[in-house]
Amino acid sequence: MEKNILPIQLKDVSYCYEPEAEPAVSHVSLDIEPGSFVAVLGHNGCGKSTLAKLMNALFLPTEGQVLVCGMDTAAEEKVWNIRRHAGMVFQNPDNQIVANVVREDVAFGLENLGVPQDEMIERIEAALGAVRMSAFAERAPHLLSGGQKQRVAIAGVLAMEPDVLIMDESTAMLDPAGREDVLQTVHLLNREKGITVVWITHFMEEAATADRIVVMDKGSIAMDGTPREVFSQVEKMKALGLDVTPMSEMAMELRKQGLPLSNDILNVSDMLKELKETLCPSKSSI
Amino acid sequence: MLKDITLGQYMPGNSAIHRLDPRTKILLTLLYIVMVFFVSSPVWYIFPLIYILLCAKLSGIRARQLLSSVKPLRFLLILTFILNLFFSSGSTTLFQWRFLRISKEGLMTAIHFCMRLIFLVTGTAVLTLTTSPIALCDGIESLLKPLSKIGFPSHELAMMMSIALRFIPTLTEEADKIQKAQMARGADFESGNLIKRAKAMIPLLVPLFVSAFRRAGDLAMAMESRCYHGGEGRTRLRVLKYQKNDLWAALVSIAFLAVTILCGKLIQL
Repeated sequence: MEKNILPIQLKDVSYCYEPEAEPAVSHVSLDIEPGSFVAVLGHNGCGKSTLAKLMNALFLPTEGQVLVCGMDTAAEEKVWNIRRHAGMVFQNPDNQIVANVVREDVAFGLENLGVPQDEMIERIEAALGAVRMSAFAERAPHLLSGGQKQRVAIAGVLAMEPDVLIMDESTAMLDPAGREDVLQTVHLLNREKGITVVWITHFMEEAATADRIVVMDKGSIAMDGTPREVFSQVEKMKALGLDVTPMSEMAMELRKQGLPLSNDILNVSDMLKELKETLCPSKSSI
Repeated sequence: MLKDITLGQYMPGNSAIHRLDPRTKILLTLLYIVMVFFVSSPVWYIFPLIYILLCAKLSGIRARQLLSSVKPLRFLLILTFILNLFFSSGSTTLFQWRFLRISKEGLMTAIHFCMRLIFLVTGTAVLTLTTSPIALCDGIESLLKPLSKIGFPSHELAMMMSIALRFIPTLTEEADKIQKAQMARGADFESGNLIKRAKAMIPLLVPLFVSAFRRAGDLAMAMESRCYHGGEGRTRLRVLKYQKNDLWAALVSIAFLAVTILCGKLIQL
């Protein structure tokens, strides 16, 4: 892909589930930069999942235009090409695995694309390796843990060599260990393979690891910025019914008590650094 | 309690029979059925018997496993036997009590029909015991493929079968979960007569169906986003290939069929 083409570009997009209904997404414009890791954050019903489905032509915008790698999702003949470029992993791990054996599930997308058999085998190996599931290639998916199932689903998308990986609340049904596992896997893919990631979630800790956070509220973008920029606006986040990371909140409380902390504290190490500098400025230089 | 539902009766193994192409096994099972129907007198069941024992020997299946496949049919067998025994016409009376009459011919027909049923079931059991459901599915798809030219949805059928197979464990697990949840709220699945127990299944089946439909919707979306658009232009990871053994199996089976037909025609017993 050429560098100057944005993997995903939304131009004043609106989407209504029914003609007269309140739009689930209204007038959203969003450019996703190549190679970035963008978290879309919001509480239930804010339109973040609808936004995800607009990004790979599962839904077509009622108004506006969605471009995936420069291709308009409204163009019917390009739909399979668009979905190959923008791979999507869904919420429920059980409901997106098609085959009875891990290897064959990863093959599913490739079979659909008509990839020849020998190339298919290579791509499956590579995809399973990239999500650290090679040892499970011959297993039955229903015997895997939730996190492992999601990694298989990621491999299934990865084998199709997408430019963008859209994770539609893919960690919402997992236990904390599985969530961490999937998040790490996707970060690795983002860093090492340069795959652009759109990570839809309602978990603040996950969003905090992204390069950029887009906060959705009532179908529109309420905030957009780096995690530090977003989480420093504790009051605004609270007004949207969202939490911030525990350390951002603690920093706000301490500021209220008169401690002059900066407002871009995100995690424990930031907090420690800040506290050292504020409370014992002499020692911090040692 | 729902956990122990096994899928078919496949016995994993790596015998010569297990390794045969599923298409060969399906076709030879059909051939075997033809063979059984060509048996004209109970004596000639010796050929299907040898054939089955040979398959059992080669595949490492025990005779007891084969016979246990007949068990669900025991009532049908008894019924077949009784009906043929009493209601066949024949000249030689062996036994008479009021209107009940057993003739020699009736006895022979009864034995013949029961043998036929037993042989049909055990023979097809060889297929299901040695072939995994996935392989069976592939075999059926491949065999039905020529029919797609006249509009038969062979790919769709195979896709449905394989998805059904994939979701059986998932839905079983779910049914188990729902059952436990309903039991925790006082539902009783185990007492009462048949009708009462059937009614007790409603609170289990309704949520199960609702969830199955939801899963189907999710799955359809997931398949679409992985570019599934029907069988056209699709390649396969698993490609079935006939081996030398398939030829041998076919030749041996055809020989058995020929001998069975010839013996039945030439030697009248």
